[in-house]
Amino acid sequence: MSKERIQISEDLYDIMPSDYQDLVKSATYGKEDRGWKDIGTSKELIEQHSLCAGCPESMAFRYILASLPNPEDTVMVGSTGCTSLVFPMVAVHNIHSLFGNQNAIASGLKRALSVRFPGRVKDVVVLAGDGATVDIGLDMTLQAWFRQEKFTTICFDNELYANTGGQESGLMQKGFVAKMAPVGKLFDKVRLPEIARESGCHYVVNCTVSKPSLVEKVIRNAVHIAREIGPTYLQLYTPCILEIGKNSMEGLQEMRDSEKPTERFAYKEYVSEPAKQLLAELAAKDKERKAAAKQLAGQASA
Amino acid sequence: MADIHSVIGTKNKKGQTYTDTWKMMNEAPRTPSFYTGSEVIKEALRRASCDVMIAYPITPQSEAAALIGELFAEGYIGDYFRGESEFAVMSQCAGAAFGGARVFTTTAGPGTMRAMENFPMWSGARLPIQMIVTCRGINSPLSIQPDTLEIAYLLNTGMLVWHAETAQDFFDWILKGYMVSEEPDVHLPLALCCDGFFVTHTKDVVNLTPADMCLPPYDPYRSPVPCMDMECPPVRMMRDPFVMKSNYISYATHASWQQEIWAAVERSRKHSIHWLNGLIDTENTDAEIMIVASGTAVSQGREAIRLLEDEGVRCGLVKVKTLRPWPEEEIREATKNAKHIFVPEFNVTGWLAKEIKATVPNHERVHAGPHVCGGMTMPPEIIVSEIKTALGMKTFSLAGRGS
Ligand SMILES: Cc1ncc(C[n+]2csc(CCOP(=O)(O)OP(=O)(O)O)c2C)c(N)n1
Ligand code: SF4
Ligand SMILES: [Mg+2]
Repeated sequence: MSKERIQISEDLYDIMPSDYQDLVKSATYGKEDRGWKDIGTSKELIEQHSLCAGCPESMAFRYILASLPNPEDTVMVGSTGCTSLVFPMVAVHNIHSLFGNQNAIASGLKRALSVRFPGRVKDVVVLAGDGATVDIGLDMTLQAWFRQEKFTTICFDNELYANTGGQESGLMQKGFVAKMAPVGKLFDKVRLPEIARESGCHYVVNCTVSKPSLVEKVIRNAVHIAREIGPTYLQLYTPCILEIGKNSMEGLQEMRDSEKPTERFAYKEYVSEPAKQLLAELAAKDKERKAAAKQLAGQASA
Repeated sequence: MADIHSVIGTKNKKGQTYTDTWKMMNEAPRTPSFYTGSEVIKEALRRASCDVMIAYPITPQSEAAALIGELFAEGYIGDYFRGESEFAVMSQCAGAAFGGARVFTTTAGPGTMRAMENFPMWSGARLPIQMIVTCRGINSPLSIQPDTLEIAYLLNTGMLVWHAETAQDFFDWILKGYMVSEEPDVHLPLALCCDGFFVTHTKDVVNLTPADMCLPPYDPYRSPVPCMDMECPPVRMMRDPFVMKSNYISYATHASWQQEIWAAVERSRKHSIHWLNGLIDTENTDAEIMIVASGTAVSQGREAIRLLEDEGVRCGLVKVKTLRPWPEEEIREATKNAKHIFVPEFNVTGWLAKEIKATVPNHERVHAGPHVCGGMTMPPEIIVSEIKTALGMKTFSLAGRGS
């Protein structure tokens, strides 16, 4: 990998911000089996942010950034919303442009990177709120999938417009009373995971971010499948504790409550046939790699 | 990271030679060819070393956009597709430009308006995208006819805005436009406008540069902002996202960013003068009557001058080539002897006349007109008539008023 791209000139080392020095020293760019377990022992690809204390979006960000299989060659695309408070603090290139156009930006970006770097991996990952993904940007979300654009779309579903103060969104539950839904939302939560499947996504997961290992798995799968086959979609519940009246300690419990088998964020997954095959190949390679490493370790200790 | 200069003289995969742009445009032999404006756009693109073109149908640019698709099929363009709407297309263009590509698109009328939110974003993000605008009506009821009202909306986006008169302008300016847009001290998008149909759908003799020469490729690392490709360090852009802060530092940051965009528009002046041989062209600037125009109104103005000359009235002309940067000094200088300044326009509001009134001293000299709109043509006779009426000369009267 390519930590050489972030090296600091010796003469300038002492004037670089310490968070940058830390990135050079101990970030996990290029580590083959990077994942959520690196959190705490390495420099994370996210700095202090200004989300509300305890906002599950911050956990989600940390797990996702720890799990991207190839952050040294990944470009992320955000949108307007609470996530845009975080992206300036993220140590992979990321684009904010307008509200709702994230999948259009990503389409152009991915194609430009493919033209400019033929034969090289350049992953593109979109991360946007539910308002951005399902309401104002729905057209561009779906059209990117119809066109089989090869990038991952992640929706932080907090079931409302958080950044503008808690208005109704398409992913809000029916009956929920919110700003601009003064008598309760009148229609059902939009079933975007099913729509994603019908629109051509090869990997669709609907879950919460309560378990870092699960987030790691779905992120790796989604990015690999998008790289090789076609569009992938993750809808992750990141409750807006502020707007649903929870304390900062209560986000995790809220997610656990909503992922029970009968609840709306019970784990749901769709994998297309070509994607299944790819995942099987990747798992076989992984097994081989681990066995080889084990053998090597055995030889070393013998 | 490829150095542009090291590429010059080498061949691309289509066998075209990357050529120094100045030599290609000014010294290489030209072949006269009889083409429609749309075909000329295609021929310019063939030579533009364009990485990504994104298309959407709207009259009168659909033909050009489809012809560029043929170029893609032939292998001259890196990637090409039809987006889902102009709003999406302009965002797709932004994504491609963020990723370091040389980007081209075309639109018109309602398409320009649909996409509008993107344009200040393009300039704010310093993306040197080139967009052809083949102007058409934006009013209701639906119209597809030529009308330049949409240009007025582009003037405050922070984009460079040029207004081509002829297909020859188009051919040259598409190629030269990238040279100005991509200068590191400019690095702004260019809206290259023309009057739809009059330029796109008529045939004209255009002198083309050799088809086996093309522009040097775009170097995304000659940019004032980092290219989003993870080939350079992912710097932390700010300590706090300014969007949410209501404090002086935040305001000052946004204010200075905006000022920098407009400073970059200003800095494009010297490059535009260099490449376009001045921001305006002039004729007879010693005359007491001047016509100041842009786009095809210039051609009509030229014809009016000839008609007036036959009647012994001497009249001069200013062809405004760049609307942004605005040729303030040049227009002032060129009209300093004028007692009357006429501004013929293909739109109902007269945005060019307003700009000129705000530019020249003694602006009561400026006659905002004649105006035609909604797709009407502008016969030179109505310019003649407008001028003669203002001078108190006898003129033919337009039918229909019973006067
Ligand atoms: C064109 C446009 N319309 C409206 C807005 C206002 N706006 C900013 S963020 C936002 C809501 C974001 O909601 P969501 O995408 O769900 O993200 P969240 O803040 O909930 O994470 C809205 C409506 C905007 N910035 N731009
Ligand atoms: S408003 Fe809601 S979603 Fe936004 S940071 Fe606060 S808790 Fe998180
Ligand atoms: Mg939301």
